[in-house]
Amino acid sequence: MNNLKLRLAKEKRFQLYGILSITLALTLLSVLFISIFSQGYTAFQETKIQLNINFEQNILDPKKTRDWDVIKKSNFNILIRNSLQELFPDVSDRNEKRKLKKIISTSGEYQLRNYIRNNIESIGTSKKIWLLADDDVDMLIKGHINRILPEEERRIDNTELAWIEILETKKLIKKFFNKTFFTSGDSAESEQSGILGALIGSLFAIGITLIISFPIGIATAIYLEEFAPKNNKFIDFVEVNINNLAAVPSIIFGLLGLAIFLNFFEMPRSAPLVGGMVLSLMTLPTIIISSRVSIKAVPPSIKEGALGVGASEIQAVFHHVVPVAVPGMLTGTIIGMARALGESAPLLVIGMVAFIVDIPQSVTDPATALPIQIYLWADTPERGFAERTSAAIIVLLIFLILMNSLAVYLRQRFEKDIN
Amino acid sequence: MSITSILLILGLFGISGYYAGLRKSLIIRKNKKLHSSPIYHGALLAINSSLSSVIFIILWLIIEKNVYAGLEYFRNILYLVSIIIFFIVSLITFKKIKHDFKARDSLEKIVQYFLLGCSTLAILITIGIFLSVIFESHKFFSIIPITEFLFGTHWSPQMPIREDQAGSAGAFGAIPLFTGTFLIAFISMCIAGPIGLMSAIYLSEYASKKIRSIVKPLTEILAGIPTVVYGFFAVVVVAPFIRNAGSNFGIEIASESALAAGLVMGIMIIPFVSSISDDVINAVPQNLKNGSLGVGATKSETIKKVIIPAALPGIIGGLLLAVSRAIGETMIVVMAAGMSANLTANPFEAVTTVTVQIVVLLVGDQEFDSPKTLAAFALGLVLFIITLMLNYLALHIVRKYREQYE
Repeated sequence: MNNLKLRLAKEKRFQLYGILSITLALTLLSVLFISIFSQGYTAFQETKIQLNINFEQNILDPKKTRDWDVIKKSNFNILIRNSLQELFPDVSDRNEKRKLKKIISTSGEYQLRNYIRNNIESIGTSKKIWLLADDDVDMLIKGHINRILPEEERRIDNTELAWIEILETKKLIKKFFNKTFFTSGDSAESEQSGILGALIGSLFAIGITLIISFPIGIATAIYLEEFAPKNNKFIDFVEVNINNLAAVPSIIFGLLGLAIFLNFFEMPRSAPLVGGMVLSLMTLPTIIISSRVSIKAVPPSIKEGALGVGASEIQAVFHHVVPVAVPGMLTGTIIGMARALGESAPLLVIGMVAFIVDIPQSVTDPATALPIQIYLWADTPERGFAERTSAAIIVLLIFLILMNSLAVYLRQRFEKDIN
Repeated sequence: MSITSILLILGLFGISGYYAGLRKSLIIRKNKKLHSSPIYHGALLAINSSLSSVIFIILWLIIEKNVYAGLEYFRNILYLVSIIIFFIVSLITFKKIKHDFKARDSLEKIVQYFLLGCSTLAILITIGIFLSVIFESHKFFSIIPITEFLFGTHWSPQMPIREDQAGSAGAFGAIPLFTGTFLIAFISMCIAGPIGLMSAIYLSEYASKKIRSIVKPLTEILAGIPTVVYGFFAVVVVAPFIRNAGSNFGIEIASESALAAGLVMGIMIIPFVSSISDDVINAVPQNLKNGSLGVGATKSETIKKVIIPAALPGIIGGLLLAVSRAIGETMIVVMAAGMSANLTANPFEAVTTVTVQIVVLLVGDQEFDSPKTLAAFALGLVLFIITLMLNYLALHIVRKYREQYE
C-alpha cells in the first residue's frame, strides 16, 4: 500500500496525543503545586521586632502588691509606646506616634502581659523582647510589598519605611519560625491568625467519622460478603443503594445533616459532632466498597480450612477471614478518612463556616475545619491571608499525603499477606 | 442522674453479668461437657440483659420525644425500670445456662442480626436524604409553584425584609442555574474527556511498565487533592491568567468566568475519567487486539477501530459518572464561578450553579419557613434526582459491559 507512510505518521501522531495529554495533566499538577508552595512557604516565618521594654513599677504595679489581678489590668500598650519613643526620639507628632505604634501587632500588649505573668519578678527592670510585627511590616520584610513602588501604591508609606529601615540597620527586626500559625485560632489580624482551631475542629470531626463509619462499614462489608443470602431482592437493593450513595454529591449529605440532625434532632450548629456524623455517612460507601474488595481477595481456602475442622460460620469469618483482610480494610478506611478530611461542602451547609477565634475544647463546641478555614481565608483580600491560605493548604496536603502513604503501605502488606 | 451515667452503670452490670455467666458455666464444666465454651455463656448473658435494657431506654426516649413530652418528669422510673429489666433478663439467661445450652448459637444469631442491621443503614441513609429533601421541597412548592421553579428564567432569592417593600418579591426561576451548571460541566468535560481518555489509552497500550508505575500514582495525587484547593487555584492562578489572556486578544472576560471554573473542574476530573477508562480498556479481551494486529493494523488503528468500539459502553458509563460528579461539585464553583444568575451560554461571563446557590441560601441564618431556605432543598432535590439518574444509568451500562466480557 502506498499510504503506509501515512498510516505510520498517523500512528506517530496518535502516540503523540497520548504523551501530550499526560504531560498536560502532569504540568497542570506541577503548576498547582508550585503556585501554592511559592505563595505559601513564606507564611512559615513571622516577622518580629525587638524592643527594649522597661517594665516600670509605677505603670504596672504602683502599690507593689505583686498581685496578678492588679497587674493584669494595667496598660501594657504604654510600655510599647515608651519603648518606641526611646528608639525614635524625634517622632513627636501625635498622629506620627500612633502610626509608629502600628508597626507592632495589636497582640503586643497580650504578649507583654503573658511575659509578666510568667516572670513577675521582671517588674521594675527592662528587658529586650521580640514583639510580633504588624502584617504590613511582615509583608514588606518578606518582600511581598515592593519598596521601589511609588508611595501611594504601597501599603507602607515613606515614614514607616524609613523607620523599618532604621530597625533593619540596627538588626532589631528579624524573621522567626512562625509559631503563631500553629498555636492560635483564627483572627481578624492576619499576623495573629493560625490554623490550630481549624485543625482541632477537623481532627474532632474525623475522629467522630472514624468511630461511626469504621465499625458500621466493616460490619456491612462482612455481612454482604459472607452472610448475605445470594439472589435476594433485599440484599440487591442494599447493594444498589451503597453504589448510588458513593456517587451522590457531597453537598446533598449536608442537606441531610441540616434537615435531620440540626432541624429534627436539634443538635448544636457548627459542631464537629454533627460535621463528623455527616462526613461518616459520606465515607461509609467508600469503606464498605473497599472492605468488600479486600474480604473477597482473601483466598477461600482459609475459610474452608476453618470450617473443615469444625468452626462455626461466624468463627471461621471472624477468626480467620477478617484478620487477613484487616490491612486491606484499613487501606479503604484511611482513604475514606483522607477524603473526609479534605471535604468542605457539607460542612458549609451545617454551619461549620464561621469566624471562630477560640480553640474548640469538645466535639460540641462551635468549630471550623481546615478546608473551611482555607475557604474563609481565600475570600479575604489581604495579602497576609493569601499567604496563610497557601500555608494552610500545604499543611492539609501534608496530612493527606501522610494518610495516603500509610494506605499504600498497608495495601502492599495486604497484597503480600494474601499471596 | 443522666442517660450517660445509667448507660455506664448498665455497662458495669454487663461486665459483672459476663463474669457471673462465666463462673456458672465453669462450675458446670467440672462435671459435664459443655455445648459452648464458657465465654459464650458469659457474653450471651451480658449482651442479652444490657441490650434489652438499652432497647427499653431508647423506646422510652422516642416516645418521650415524639408522643408524650410529659414522660420527662418520670425519668427516675425509666432508670429504675431499665435496671429491673436488666436483672430479670439476666436471671432468666442465668437459669438457662446448662451443659447442653447452645449459648454460642444464640450469640452468633445476635451477631448476625447486628451485621444485618448495619447493612440496612445504607437504605436508611438514602431514605433519610429523600425524606429530608422531599419534605422541605414540598413546603417550598406550596409557596412557589413547581412550574415557576423549573421553568422560570429569573433567579433572585432575596426576600423583602418588610411586607410593603416594593419590587423585590424574590424570584425563584431556576433555569439560569441549570444552564450555568451544565455550561460549567460541559467545559469541564471538554477538558477531562479527551485528556483523561488519551492518557488512559497511552498508559494502558503504549507506556512501558516503568512509566506506568510513575505516572499512575502521580495522576492519583490529582484525584486526592481536596476540591477547596482546586477552588483556590482557580481563583488565584487560573482566573487571572484567563483574564489577561483574554484582554491580550481583546476579549473581555469576567473575573469569575464560567471558563475558569470549568477548566479547573476539568483538571479535577481528569484522573477520574482516566482511571475508569483504564479499567474498561484493560477489560477488552486480548484476542480482539491480537486479531486486529495480526491482519496488519497499526496499534493506533487497533485502538481506534477495535478497542474503543469494544470498550465504548464502559467509556460512556465512566463519562456519565464524571458528568454527575461535575454537576454535584461544590467548592470549585463556590469559589470561582460567582453568584449572579445569568442566563447565558457565553463561557466568558459569570454564571452560577445549583450547588453555589444551595450554599449561598444556607450559609448564615436559616429559617425553615422562609422560601429562601426551602429553595435550597428544592435545588437539592433536583440535584439529587439528576445525579441519581446519571449514576444509575452509568452503573447499569458499566455492569452490562462487564458482563459482556466475563
